[in-house]
Amino acid sequence: MTEPFVHPYVPNTAPRTRAAMLEAVGATSIDEFYADCPPELRLDRPLDLPAPLLSETELVRHMDGLLNRNVSTREVLSFLGAGTYQHQVPAVVEEVINRSEFLTAYAGEPYEDHGRFQALFQYQSLMAELLNMDVVNVPTYDGFQATGTALTMAGRLTGRQQVLVVSDVHPDKLAKVRDYVRPYLDLVHITSRGSGADVDAVLAHVSKNAEIVACVWVETPSYHGAVETELRRLADAAHEAGALLVVGTDPIGLGVLAPPADLGADIVCGDIQSLGLRQWYGGAHAGFIAVHDDPRFVMELPSRLFGLASTTVPGEYGFGDVAFERTSLAIREDGKEWVGTAAALWGIAAGVYLALMGPAGMAELGETLLAHTRYAMDQLAAIPGVVLADDGVHLREFVVDVSGTGLSATDVVTTLRGRGIEPGVVVDEHRLLVCVTEVHTSQDIDRLAGEIASLVKETPA
Amino acid sequence: MSLPIAPKPRLRRFHQARWDEPIIFELSTPGERGVLVPRPEPKVRDAVGDVVAALPEGVRRPTPPRLPEIAQMRVLRHYLRLSQQNLGADLNIDVGQGTCTMKYSPKVNEAVINTPKLADLHPLQAEASAQGVLEVFWQLERMLAEISGMDRVSLHSAAGSAAIWTNVAMIRAYHAARGEGDQRTEVITTIFSHPSNAACAEMAGYDVITIHPDADGYPDIDALKAAVSDRTAALLITNPEDTGIFNPRIREFVDIVHGVGGLAAYDQANANGILGITQARAAGFDLCHFNLHKTFSTPHACGGPAAGASGVSAELAPFLPGPLVEYDGDHFFLDHNRPQSIGKVAPFYGVTPNIVRAYAWIRALGAEGLRAVAETAVLNNNYLLKRVLDIPGASAPYASGRRRIEQVRYSWQELHEQTGVTSEEIGLRVADFGAHYWTSHHPHVVPQPFTLEPTESYSKDELDEYADILAEVAREARETPDVVRTAPHNQTVHHTHHDDLDDPERWAITWRAYRRKHFGEHP
Amino acid sequence: MTPAPRTLPASPLAAPGTRRLGLVVNPVAGIGGPAGLKGSDGADVQAQAVARGATPRATARAVAALRTVVRIFPGVEVFTAGGVLGADAAAQAGLPGRVVATGPVHGTAADTVRAARELSAAGVDLLLFAGGDGTARDIHDAVGEGIAVLGIPAGVKMYSACFAVSPVVAGTLAADWLAGRVDSASSADVLDIDEEAIRTGQAEPRLYGTVRIPRVQGRTQARKTAAPASAAAAVRRAAAGASILLRPGTRYLLGPGGTMRALAELIGVPKTPLGFDVVEDGHVLHADADESALLAAAAGGPCQAVVTVIGGQGFILGRGNQQLSARVLRALGKDALMVVATDDKLTELGGRPLLVDSGDPALDHALSGYTRVVTGPGTSTLYPVRAPEHHSIDTDGT
Repeated sequence: MTEPFVHPYVPNTAPRTRAAMLEAVGATSIDEFYADCPPELRLDRPLDLPAPLLSETELVRHMDGLLNRNVSTREVLSFLGAGTYQHQVPAVVEEVINRSEFLTAYAGEPYEDHGRFQALFQYQSLMAELLNMDVVNVPTYDGFQATGTALTMAGRLTGRQQVLVVSDVHPDKLAKVRDYVRPYLDLVHITSRGSGADVDAVLAHVSKNAEIVACVWVETPSYHGAVETELRRLADAAHEAGALLVVGTDPIGLGVLAPPADLGADIVCGDIQSLGLRQWYGGAHAGFIAVHDDPRFVMELPSRLFGLASTTVPGEYGFGDVAFERTSLAIREDGKEWVGTAAALWGIAAGVYLALMGPAGMAELGETLLAHTRYAMDQLAAIPGVVLADDGVHLREFVVDVSGTGLSATDVVTTLRGRGIEPGVVVDEHRLLVCVTEVHTSQDIDRLAGEIASLVKETPA
Repeated sequence: MSLPIAPKPRLRRFHQARWDEPIIFELSTPGERGVLVPRPEPKVRDAVGDVVAALPEGVRRPTPPRLPEIAQMRVLRHYLRLSQQNLGADLNIDVGQGTCTMKYSPKVNEAVINTPKLADLHPLQAEASAQGVLEVFWQLERMLAEISGMDRVSLHSAAGSAAIWTNVAMIRAYHAARGEGDQRTEVITTIFSHPSNAACAEMAGYDVITIHPDADGYPDIDALKAAVSDRTAALLITNPEDTGIFNPRIREFVDIVHGVGGLAAYDQANANGILGITQARAAGFDLCHFNLHKTFSTPHACGGPAAGASGVSAELAPFLPGPLVEYDGDHFFLDHNRPQSIGKVAPFYGVTPNIVRAYAWIRALGAEGLRAVAETAVLNNNYLLKRVLDIPGASAPYASGRRRIEQVRYSWQELHEQTGVTSEEIGLRVADFGAHYWTSHHPHVVPQPFTLEPTESYSKDELDEYADILAEVAREARETPDVVRTAPHNQTVHHTHHDDLDDPERWAITWRAYRRKHFGEHP
Repeated sequence: MTPAPRTLPASPLAAPGTRRLGLVVNPVAGIGGPAGLKGSDGADVQAQAVARGATPRATARAVAALRTVVRIFPGVEVFTAGGVLGADAAAQAGLPGRVVATGPVHGTAADTVRAARELSAAGVDLLLFAGGDGTARDIHDAVGEGIAVLGIPAGVKMYSACFAVSPVVAGTLAADWLAGRVDSASSADVLDIDEEAIRTGQAEPRLYGTVRIPRVQGRTQARKTAAPASAAAAVRRAAAGASILLRPGTRYLLGPGGTMRALAELIGVPKTPLGFDVVEDGHVLHADADESALLAAAAGGPCQAVVTVIGGQGFILGRGNQQLSARVLRALGKDALMVVATDDKLTELGGRPLLVDSGDPALDHALSGYTRVVTGPGTSTLYPVRAPEHHSIDTDGT
C-alpha cells in the first residue's frame, strides 16, 4: 500500500497524530521503541496473512459466506446432546448479555462495576436455591473443569487419593478429569448396573478401602441421561468411610428432581450451558461448584466468590470477594489451583434465565423434559429391533441399541442425516444416544421414530 | 443563563449510574411469570402419564426451588439497570487495567457471530453441515501459527490460564513419552511472569523455581543458569514482562533450558506490542500461548468467556489436545485419531464465538494492520509514559530511561510518602472521572504500583485526557488529600466495608445464606 | 468538580472511644545523618553532629505527622512527655498535648523508655514515636508487644519494620487507627543495628524483638498488592514449604526471625525468639544453643541450619547470629544452609543480593553464588548471595 495505512480500529494511525506523538516522546521512529528486541529475533518480512478485508462491507460478505455454509440445528431436526443441549434461550437473556456494559467490561471492582458484582451474586444465589446449597462459585470454564476441581477439593479435604467413579461418565469429561487430577488422585471405576450405580459393589469397595477413598463421584443424569435413584445410600456409604459424595449434575432438571444436597451430596458440580446459553458449536460452557457454608469447604474453592457487604449508606448493597486470599492472583502458587478469566458472562446469562423461569418455569420445564424423554423412549423402543439400553428414569437423554435391526448406529445417523434429521450421537457400534428437550414436539419425536422405523423396514433383516 | 453555553471543563463531570436496585429476590411477586415453557401435549401426557408423580421416592423434589417470581419486563429492567452500573470498556478510556490489553472489540464482529448459523450449531452435527465454522478454526490456526512461527496451534483452551495449563500438560506428556517424566520435576518461571504460570505448574505436580529480576529489571540470567539441571522440565516465561521490558537475552534463556533437555514455553499474554515484530519460534520456544481476549480483541465479558490458543513446534504437535481440524483439499474435518494427545482440556473444540471473533479481527487488519496495531500500542505506551513521568510523584521503576513495549508498571511511592495517599486511593478517585481503576499488579514488587496499558485503541486525545485525570488526582492528593482518601464520590455505591467478607460467621455468598445467617431464616 | 471531603467512616467492627494518641520524640534522633555520621547513638556522636552544625529533625517530623493526624481525625487527644520529648512538637502542631510523662530529661535512651511506659500506663490507644532504630529498641523495651506503636521515621536510616515510610504516612495510619478504620495489628520486627559497626562499614542487623503496629487495610480488595494480611500468609507458606523438606533423623538448627517462628509453630515446638534451637523429629534437643552446642549437633549426624533473611539489608548470616559461626558452618559441610523467606522479602531487596558474613572470607566466598530460597510448598526462588563488600576477596586469584 502506498498511501498511509489508516485503520478505523487504530485511531493513532492517522499520520499527523503519529508524527506529533513521536515528537512528543523525542523519538525519530517507532523502531526506537524496540531497541531491546535484538535484530536476530526481528521478523524481516511482513507476516504471511490473507489480505485485509478493510471495509465492513468486505468483511461481512466474507464472514457470511463462510458461516452460511453451516446448517444450524434450527434448520434440521436435531436430537443431539452429549454435553451441549438445545434449549430455548429467552430473548431477554441475550438482550442483557449483549449489552456493551456487560460484554466489554473486565474484572472490574465493586465501585465502578457494581452491576457485574450484583449480577453474579444473584447468579450464585439463584443457583443456590435450585441446588439447595449456600455457596456457589463465580463460574469456572466448564463442567469438565468444575468436576476436576471438585474432585481435587475432595482429595485435599480428606487427605486421600482414591476417587470412586460409579456412574457412566461422558468419555471426554473423563479424559479431561483423569489428566487434570493425575498428580493427586487415582480414579477407580465401579461399573454401573442397569441405569445407575452398582450400589452393592460400591458399598463393598468402600468398606474394604475405608481409609483410602476420598470421594464417591456420581453423575446424575449420567452420560446416558439416567437419573441416579440411590444417591442417599451412596452418600451414607461414603460418609461412613469418612469420604465425600461429589455429584455432577445438570441443574436443568432440578425444578422436579431432588437437589443432590438433599440426598447427602457434599460437593455438587456441573455445567450451566443448559441454563440460557445457545449451543455455539460446543463453545459456550461454564462450570459451577456448590458446597455448604462450611469454611473448610469454602476455603478449598479455587474460584472467586462474590459476597454481600454493607456500605456507609444504610440500605445500600455493596459487594466484594469472599476470602479473596484463596485465589492464585492474590498469592501466586499457594492459591488452590489457579484463577483466571473464565466464564462470568455465561453466569450472568444463567442468572437472568433462572430469574425469568422462576419456580413454576423450572418445575414445568422439568416435567416437560421428563415427559418428552419418556415419550421418545417409548416411541423408539416400539420399533422392531430397537431396544432401550436401560429402562430407568431418564432426563433428556437415553441410549437405544439398534443391533436387532441389522443396522449400525452409524448407519442410522448417516441415513437420517440425509433426511434432515440428526438422530443422536453414536456411542459405539450399535448404540445411539438420543436427546430430547422442550424444543421438540410430539410430532418431532414421532417423525424421528417414523424415519428410524422406515429405515429398519427398508433394511433386510 | 442563556446561550452561548460555557465551555466544557477540562475533565468530565462524570457520575456512574446509581439505580439503588434491590436484590432480585426482593422483586418477587407470587404468581408472576417471566417466561412460559411448553407443557407436555395431551397426546404425550396420555402416553406417559404423570411423569413427576411417577418418580421414585427421594428422587422427586419435595418443594419447588425458592426462585423469585417476576414478570418479564421487570426482570429486563432490573438487569438493564445493573448493566448501567457497569463501566464497560466501550464506555471508558480503559488503560488502567494494565496487563489485560483492554482494546476495542469491534461491533461488526458481534454482528457477524450472532447468527443461528453459528449460535445454533451442535458440536457433534455432521461435519458436512459445519464446513464454515471448521474452516474458521482451520484458518485461525494457520494465522496464529504464522504470527508465532509455531507449527501447530490448538484453540481448545477456554482462556489464557487454561492455555498455560494445556502447555504444562503437553510438557508433562512430552517428558513422559521420552521416559524422563519422573526425572524432570521442576519448572522455572520469573516473578514478573503471570502468576498462572507458577500455579498451573504446581497444579501439574511440578516444583516451581522463581527467578527475580536483576538490578536493571531484566530477569537474572545467572540465576537461571544456577536453576537449571537435569530435573528441569521447562521454563515458563512472559516477554515482555508486565513491566513492559523486553528481555533482550530471551534467546539465551531458551538455549540454557534446552541445554539441559528442558522445554521453553512462552506466555504471550503481552504479545500486543510485538505482533509482526518478532515470533516466539525465533527465540527458540517450543510452546507458546495467546489470549484471544487480550491480543485478538474478543470482548472481556466481565471476566470470560475468554479463549486461549496454544502454539507448538512440530516436535510437540502430537501432544496437542484433540481433535484438530484438518483439510483434505476438499473438506474440513475433525481428526480424532491422535494417540499421543493429552486428550480433552475442555468440552469439544474451543470457545467458538471468540474463535470466530478473533478470526474476523485478524481478517479486518491483515499483516500490515497487525503491525500497525503493535507499533501503535507501543507508541501509545511510550507517549503515556512521557505524560505520566511529567506528573510529580509518579515514577517508572526499573530500566530507567529505557523505552518500554506495550505497558509500564508505575509507582506512586513518592506521592505516597509526601501525602499519605495510596495508589489504591488514587485509583478509586480516578474512577470518579469515569475511568477504570487499577488492581492488577501482582506480584507486589513495585511499591504503590499502577500498571497502564494503553493498547492501540485510544486516540492521543484520550491518552491526554487520561494523563490529565492522573495529574489532577495527584494534585488533589497534595492539596486536598482527604478528597482522594474518601473517594469514590461518584460511583454506584459508597465506601464498602469488606471486613465481613473474611469472616466465616458473617460472610454471605448467596442471598439465602445472608437471610439465614443474619435474619435467622431457614428454608 | 471537587466534592467536599467526607470523614471516612469507622469500621463497623471498630471499638468505640479509640482516640488517645501517645507521642514520644527522641530529640536527638537523626542528628548524625545530615552530618554524615550514619546514626546518632551516643553522646559523642551527638556532640560531633552539633559541632558540624546539625539540628535535630525529629521534632519537625513529629509535627508533620501530628498535622496529618489532626487533619484526618480532628478529635484526637495527644498525650505526651514534656518539652523536647513531645510537648514541643504537639505545641508546634497546634495541639494542646496533655503531658502525662514528666521528669527530668537526661538526653538518653532512658528518657524514651520512661516516657513510653508512662504513656502506656495512661491508656493511650496508639503510641507514635519519632526516632530511629535505637528509639524503636527503647520503645520495645518499654512496651514490648503491649499497646500498638508506630514509628515516625526520623533516624538516619531505619531497618526495623515498625516505621511508616514517611511522617505523613505515619500520621495517616495513626489517624486511621484512631478512627477505627484500621482495626487489627500485626507484629513488626525491631532490629538491633550497631551504629558503630555501620560507621566502620560493618553493618550487622540482628532481630531485637517485635512490637505491634497497625495493620494496613485496603479500601478496595486490591489485595493483589500485598497487604500485611497476605504477607503473614506468605510467611506461613514459606514456613510450610520448609517444613515439608525436613527429613526424619536430621537435626535442624532453627535460627531467629518470624519465618523461623512460623516454622517452629508448624512443627509444634517452642522457639527461642532470638536464638538457635536444635530440633530433630519434632523435638527440641537444645534450646537457645550456643556455638558449642551447635557444633555438637553438627557432629552428631545429618544436620542443617535453617535461616531466614533478617532486616532490610538481606543478611542471612552475620555476626548477629554468630552462634552459627564459620566453624559450625564448616562442620555442617555441603548443604549447610536451608534459606527460607517470602518472595516479598526478596523483592524488597530491589535486586541486591543476600549477604553472608560468617567472619571467614573464604567461607563467605564458598557460600556465595546462587542459593535456593524456599518460598512455599514446592516453590523456591534462585537468588544471588554475596559477602558484604568489605569482606569480598579477589576471586580472580583463587
